[in-house]
Amino acid sequence: MKIGVITYPGTLDDRDAQRAIRLAGGTPVPLWHADDDLKKVDAVVLPGGFSYGDYLRCGAIAAQAPATKEVIRLAGQGLPVLGICNGFQILVESHLLPGGLIRNEKQHFVCKDQKLRVENNQTSWTNMFEKDEEILIPLKNGEGGYIASDETLKMLEAENLITFRYLDGNPNGSLNDIAGLTNKRGNVVGLMPHPEHAVEPGFGPDTKTAMRSGIDGLKFFQSVLQQVVNA
Amino acid sequence: MLGKKKLEPSGVDTTAMATTEPEREQPWQELGLKQDEYEEIKNILGRRPTSSELAMYSVMWSEHCSYKSSKIYLRQFGEKVTPEMNKYLMVGMGENAGVVDIGEGLAVTFKVESHNHPSYIEPFQGAATGVGGIVRDILSMGARPIAVMDQLRFGAPTNPDTARVVHGVVDGISFYGNCLGLPNIGGETVFDSVYQGNPLVNALSIGSMKHEDLQLAKASNPGDLVILFGARTGADGIGGVSVLASETFESTGPTKRPAVQVGDPFAEKVLIECCLELFHSGVVAGIQDLGGAGISCATSELASNGGKGMRVQLKNVLLRDESLTPEEILMSESQERMCAVVPKKKLKEFEKIVQKWEVEYSVLGDVIDEDRLYINWGHEEIVNVPPRTVAHDGPIYERPVKLPKYQKALNKDSSSGLARAKNASELASQLMELIATPNQADKSWITAQYDKYVGGNTALSMPDDSGMIRVSEESGLGVALATDANGKYAYLNPYEGARLALAEAYRNVAVTGALPRAVTNCLNFGSPENPEVMWQFKEATAGLADACLELGIPVTGGNVSFYNQSGDIAIYPTPVVGVLGVIDDVARRIPSGWQDDGNNIYLLGETFDELDGSAWAKDLHDHLGGQPPKLDLAKEKLLAELLHGASIQGLIESAHDLSEGGLGIAVLEASLRFNVGARIWLGDILDRDQIDQTAALFSESQSRVLVTVGREDDVKFQALCEARGVPCLRIGVTDSTSGLVEIKDVADLKLEDIRTSWSGVMSELFG
Amino acid sequence: MPKIIVEIMPKQDLLDPQGKAVANSLHRSGQKEISAVRIGKRIELHFEREITDKDLEEAKTQAANFLSNDVIEDVVAVTKED
Repeated sequence: MKIGVITYPGTLDDRDAQRAIRLAGGTPVPLWHADDDLKKVDAVVLPGGFSYGDYLRCGAIAAQAPATKEVIRLAGQGLPVLGICNGFQILVESHLLPGGLIRNEKQHFVCKDQKLRVENNQTSWTNMFEKDEEILIPLKNGEGGYIASDETLKMLEAENLITFRYLDGNPNGSLNDIAGLTNKRGNVVGLMPHPEHAVEPGFGPDTKTAMRSGIDGLKFFQSVLQQVVNA
Repeated sequence: MLGKKKLEPSGVDTTAMATTEPEREQPWQELGLKQDEYEEIKNILGRRPTSSELAMYSVMWSEHCSYKSSKIYLRQFGEKVTPEMNKYLMVGMGENAGVVDIGEGLAVTFKVESHNHPSYIEPFQGAATGVGGIVRDILSMGARPIAVMDQLRFGAPTNPDTARVVHGVVDGISFYGNCLGLPNIGGETVFDSVYQGNPLVNALSIGSMKHEDLQLAKASNPGDLVILFGARTGADGIGGVSVLASETFESTGPTKRPAVQVGDPFAEKVLIECCLELFHSGVVAGIQDLGGAGISCATSELASNGGKGMRVQLKNVLLRDESLTPEEILMSESQERMCAVVPKKKLKEFEKIVQKWEVEYSVLGDVIDEDRLYINWGHEEIVNVPPRTVAHDGPIYERPVKLPKYQKALNKDSSSGLARAKNASELASQLMELIATPNQADKSWITAQYDKYVGGNTALSMPDDSGMIRVSEESGLGVALATDANGKYAYLNPYEGARLALAEAYRNVAVTGALPRAVTNCLNFGSPENPEVMWQFKEATAGLADACLELGIPVTGGNVSFYNQSGDIAIYPTPVVGVLGVIDDVARRIPSGWQDDGNNIYLLGETFDELDGSAWAKDLHDHLGGQPPKLDLAKEKLLAELLHGASIQGLIESAHDLSEGGLGIAVLEASLRFNVGARIWLGDILDRDQIDQTAALFSESQSRVLVTVGREDDVKFQALCEARGVPCLRIGVTDSTSGLVEIKDVADLKLEDIRTSWSGVMSELFG
Repeated sequence: MPKIIVEIMPKQDLLDPQGKAVANSLHRSGQKEISAVRIGKRIELHFEREITDKDLEEAKTQAANFLSNDVIEDVVAVTKED
């Protein structure tokens, strides 16, 4: 199962995403932003970072890239797409997901281990989770505040499109504690926290069991692989 | 200064004019040169320098670039070595950064540098560009930068100007480091009023590479092209050089040339990826990053290192600001620029790669088979110098050295006269007070602003005792890094202070299970024109060199920052020492606090009654005097070997070194780490070491570590300590259910209360 | 130098944390009569020749589709300037 990871100028967590895919049992395929050939991958990850230095707006310039345009096209046909942090920003700028992401309420970059609730386990990237499962995923960003109009928020709640919600404190002022969303079809998921940083024992968040032993992020990648196998 | 000396208003100052107008007055003094240095330049050239040459010499011969006041002392780091010590050293001092073999065909390069003065003027950009600069040094050795650390020293916590500097510096480091995708894996933050007008911002970076990836900064093949690439050149950081720009002579307002450099981490991230691709494609024969003194430095150093010369057309430099004069272009400290030496036949490949990354570049010139650096501005020759004289043969000073007037009295003023706690309740409240002082308090307010996850190879980071990065995913081979300094100790005794800094960093590496292998340093001192400061410097460098020799680990590179003083008030001599260690498998790493219930807590090492220079003395009694704690490096070595041996056998659950605040603070920190309490008794320490409770809790005796061991490993561990001759005393048991740190005959402290006091301090002070 | 100026402001009904932070700072320095601060962007599009009506139309399209994000921002003005 081939999963593409797009590198834009300024992307930072691409190699981490590739490792996560490998650990989940898939084959990561590095993709270049300027190339609209997605090499027939079965799914795509838009990783975290500061593509184009967050110039103009986070993810705004990356949303115009040839590779992104192709992802938008294929997402319309059901290609699973996961946008992490900056990737979520790119999905929002591409209008694949609704709303906007703005500067953290506290105006500072924050890196912490964040508790989340998985509220929608019917998506391509969450089907291995239990409904309302609580997970621990590293969060690190300065522009993670999710905002949307009242209308959009009502729609998101009503249609169960909110995939992850912040627990034990809202780190960035996101409305309705929204940490991540899915589209109606369930193939496009975006979230601010970084599952690719919780996939390898010894390098994830601390848990009660042991230092750095948290690997809740692995299920994201196992989910999509499972889906692709069953497809 | 303004308006006193004028250059020709039209045209540049050429080498021809330097001969036909020998008597022209030049602002060598304003540029920071001494009369005899100016004469020496005229000697070297056989004529007066052109204004461009004057600018080059003035910057390259400045203290920051030439190390003229420190060279005679820094030599010791290269002289006091043995072949055994250097066996892992692939590249030593003198290059952009030292390179150390770590095994499996892999190497790491690491270095710490200062960016103190700019961080006081413009904290955000000063700190940001400090990170940018050290990362480029690492990159230029051919390595992929893999982590950063920072060592920060601010003024008094409640002084309003301190907040200005703290916010700016932390934001700047966060902004730049995070945007580069480098995990911040450790460092230190110290508050002391002595740093009020002279905050210290030291930045460290480490990179990894295969042995064959090593790059050097030399241009040795005539015909090779010299290419400047990266960001365009602008007016950053040339404030001082603007005496040469005719515009400033007319102006009545502030100079429009900023003295501060402005950084763009996105440009640097792209540059890193571009450079690594260039390196791995074999298109580059030499590479130099542009830091202080920009193009002047890059061209003269590349030529000098290669033993050849260079011909440069300065008009080929891509400019952000077309109004820059040649002198300004030569001096510009615009960030995110590199200079590559590229064989002609590799040019097309070079161009393809930089274009892929959308990085701008221009061919400045080529390497020539002459011992000369020629720089032209259009058709006019403006620089014609022997490169060695600019880059390496700068002045060497032997500044006067004098024992400070206050030293004897300072050393006599021991802390033994200070009143000690009379009862348990006073002891307990002193401990709670100390853990809540800004120096001991939780620094998460700072470290949570740094990314520690990016890269997925961070095995240890704050608050553990050293940062640890996995270098090989296949084998788990990794490196540990710790940086330490204690300005108070160094003020009391600079020789010992430097030794103590090395010992602490060495110990911090050892407690994580790694074996110390190499050293870097950042020597922060006052003015070298002050003989008392020079004495401190002389003592500290000797102390460090002697200690490195004794521990058997070499200095691989470092940095000197002088002039950290305001008026007559110099900072404490603050030699920051960084130690790099190697661990065969990061899975073996040891955290700094205990997690399991019912494990025995051991104190390794002996405790003496030595409170001089301690946090107890300074932060609770406002006293600084006497002599710093005794240090026996043989004991540190034994301790490190024991920890390594025990760790290989998997005997150690946690290990935390004792330093500032002594045993009391160490116990609280180890409990706070995973929120697991403990029951501690001091009785055996008091008996064996013949000291009182105050000394037991707050003495900062060296060579001590707090270790927890699983019940099943007790016997083995104790036997190991005995066999190796390391004093080992069982002083407590971990307790995950009580929620308390019970110190027998002192107090039962609630973990919750300790945490509240400890973690609230920084946000209370800084918001 | 002829240019087209594009002015963008965050949408009225959405949060502007930067504006709020700046307002707080102004209040702290004594300017309590400022009831709110909103921070937007001014983008200049430079031309090397005279600007045509077509250029202006094109700029308006770019302003709506790329230079601003219509979910969180409004294009307040697109004007010619000499």
